Amino acid sequence: MNNATTITADDGVPFVDTVREFDAPVSAVFKAHVDPDLLAKWLGPRNAKLNITRYDATTGGSWHYESGHEDAMFGFRGIFHSVETDALIIMTFEFDGAPNQVGISTTTFEEVGGRTRIVAHEVYPSVEARDMALATGMNYGVVEGYERLDELLA
Amino acid sequence: MALADPVRRAIVARLSRGEATVNELAEPFAISKQAVSKHIQVLEHAGLVTRSRDAQRRPVHLDAAALERMTAWIDQYRLIAESRFRRLDQLLAADISHQESRQEQGKTEEPK
Repeated sequence: MNNATTITADDGVPFVDTVREFDAPVSAVFKAHVDPDLLAKWLGPRNAKLNITRYDATTGGSWHYESGHEDAMFGFRGIFHSVETDALIIMTFEFDGAPNQVGISTTTFEEVGGRTRIVAHEVYPSVEARDMALATGMNYGVVEGYERLDELLA
Repeated sequence: MALADPVRRAIVARLSRGEATVNELAEPFAISKQAVSKHIQVLEHAGLVTRSRDAQRRPVHLDAAALERMTAWIDQYRLIAESRFRRLDQLLAADISHQESRQEQGKTEEPK
């Protein structure tokens, strides 16, 4: 089963919209987003470390993790604004390397024909901040790509 | 290792949207203009950016070939996002088969 991922990042607006469906019930997909042990199994880059130090996915809770390699760990943190079980997560996110550039993401979980659709809407403080996040892989730890590029440039 | 540093990666990302002065590039960072200038020198040395010699503001430009690589990075972001979601697919599939096998076990253990 190939579930296509739709990622939209239009010019001139500081948004990233992601839509994805999963062959699993809403409760399982939601749990994989709020349980730090499960999150660690899929969120981090395959060849990089993901060290989740705090992940209190409840309304008003906070989170923090570090991602990267031994010599270059990058920190990310934020708070959970609203968490509704099996339905909604609204959270802030900030990359330590760009202090005070705080984004807000809203992720909804819904059942569609026995499957689960997640719709994520990320709002960055500016188009520049959004593009930096996309290009530098702040949220996704696109470290490998840069290392390959560095090798190319060396 | 011109792009090993997150500040330099962010500078290159900013320049993909058009030329900018050192002041403009320094704005989003909590570091000095001098530190940003040093990062730009490293990028210049690596051939990723150039600076106009004639203009007063001496804006920094991204090299055209580097811009092409930037586009590849955004594609890379898509690939990374997709690979994450596929890991989640696997995790969810394993969870479901585990639950089903437990249910099966429960059925066989039931007294007839």
